[in-house]
Amino acid sequence: MSTNGGHGGTLAEKVLARASRLDSVVPGQIIEGHVDLAMMHEQGAQTVGPFHDMGATSVWDPDRVVIAIDHWVPASTEGAAVLHRILRKFAAEQNLTHFYDVGNHGICHQILAENGWVVPGDLAVGTDSHTNMLGASGAVAAGIGPTEMAAVLALGRLWLKVPPTIRINVKGNLGPGVTAKDLVLRILGDVKTTGATYKAVEYGGPTIEGLSMPERFTICNMTTEMGAKCGMVAPDQKTYDYLEKIAKHAMHPIQADKDAKYERVIDIDVDGMPPMIACPYSPDNVRPLTEVVHEHVKVDQAFLGSCTNARIEDLREGAALMRGHKVHAGVRFIVSPASTAIYNQCLKEGLIDVFTEAGAVFTNSSCSACFGGNMGILAPDEVCISSSNRNFPGRMGPKEARIYLVSPAAVVASAIKGEISDPREFGL
Amino acid sequence: MKDIIEGRVWVLGEDVDTDQIIGGKYLTIIDPEELKKHVFEIALPEFAKGAKRGDIVVAGINFGSGSSREHAPQALRAIGTGAVVADSFARIFYRNSINLGLPTVEAAGVRAIFEMGDPARIEMRAGRITNLRTGASVTFPPLPHHLLELLEVGGLVEKVRLELEARRGGAPA
Repeated sequence: MSTNGGHGGTLAEKVLARASRLDSVVPGQIIEGHVDLAMMHEQGAQTVGPFHDMGATSVWDPDRVVIAIDHWVPASTEGAAVLHRILRKFAAEQNLTHFYDVGNHGICHQILAENGWVVPGDLAVGTDSHTNMLGASGAVAAGIGPTEMAAVLALGRLWLKVPPTIRINVKGNLGPGVTAKDLVLRILGDVKTTGATYKAVEYGGPTIEGLSMPERFTICNMTTEMGAKCGMVAPDQKTYDYLEKIAKHAMHPIQADKDAKYERVIDIDVDGMPPMIACPYSPDNVRPLTEVVHEHVKVDQAFLGSCTNARIEDLREGAALMRGHKVHAGVRFIVSPASTAIYNQCLKEGLIDVFTEAGAVFTNSSCSACFGGNMGILAPDEVCISSSNRNFPGRMGPKEARIYLVSPAAVVASAIKGEISDPREFGL
Repeated sequence: MKDIIEGRVWVLGEDVDTDQIIGGKYLTIIDPEELKKHVFEIALPEFAKGAKRGDIVVAGINFGSGSSREHAPQALRAIGTGAVVADSFARIFYRNSINLGLPTVEAAGVRAIFEMGDPARIEMRAGRITNLRTGASVTFPPLPHHLLELLEVGGLVEKVRLELEARRGGAPA
């Protein structure tokens, strides 16, 4: 179909056309997008003031609003307790019943994913920058600030500038010990932290089609680090199977047109690609892991957690590597599942024992050490190996602390050896 | 929004992300007056004490990348920042700033023409930034109508308030 000045639409353009109730849209066009799902975490507490200041009295559609607290769960400071309190009170007043509170909590993006809150064709917004993760379901999912969220709650829509799209085609097979995380790090090494600023990224090709939904979530999650407005994978049978029993509203299985116009096309072949690592102090400072292994970088803390890589598949893989080994003396190994449901699944499968008997600490589900505001904070001269998504200066506390980003398997390998290590040494 | 904004500049580097603007440990603070004490604690520690109302922040590419935290532009607004100008911005920071009514201008090449403490003039509608010490200037495409309108009314809260009022057909409060 050729609707956009003689050519078809990219996935993002077609989803945004649906959201704005237009036949087609073009990059640069400013549209009013109707929101299918609005998600708030603790930062949502700051929407309440602006919401009232706007003179709004009721949320446009309480069934399209999810609240999932995750940064400080249970509250670790008085400040966090107050944020939670504001959200609970607002939810009660506005009849916002989809509140994932302490005991039923998890990282907000994982809560949306595992409960089917974002489906193909949706426009979803959340008060966290990694809302991009949900684009793996064929949706445009973007992070926004709390004042903007207040406007969304009042009106059910927001202005958006239609982004140009970068298409990333991936072919080849990921080798043993090489994961979706390594692939997205590799892409970040090419695209860099500003390479997709204001843009949509559409992932495709045989390798992406071969990835599971959890792996696609990992890829889309780190599109945020490229500066993108959204990262997306077109829906296919895997998407529908994943969402079949859990989708909270109707799917609109939109596909990009064959003659869509991309601002840039990047072709990547992953055959022979080694595991990758993002070195301090930027997620795009990416090198092959083997190079860094030779430098014998001692680690003080290992973190297996975050919205990027703490799903059940990640924890199973980590536990498989952990079995029969101990956490190296002097290493603090923190494992934090991405949701309470995943925590419970770990409990059933005996994975918690594997970690704790090896000397790791297995925490309740939260953002945990990822953001340097709750637990797992580093001292200035320390090193952390992490499955999370950011390693900017000050991310886990002091600006001098050094964070290396890798796959879950490489986190566990490093926790065992006490220095940055290649999981393939363990026979993966 | 003023068409002409003048002030003394503070110059920052490239890729100043939100952790460097306001650290994760301060995210439970709601009061902007409290937040502003910690702004740029990592990127430019002397700013919080030394900044005067109307000062202009000038930065390199990708200013405000990282988190969606509105604490970053809130803290800058609370300290009285007249405008934030950068070679380029990360998208959420840019939206947050405009939504808060904080003039935010993307002008490629701007960082190179300023040194710390230089006096600057920004002409919002004409699309020009000038270093009043050296006379050097860079131009920028004026903001789209939609965004200028947002800044005109003082930010998103005011814009939505007017829209809801109009919808109710009531007289202005």
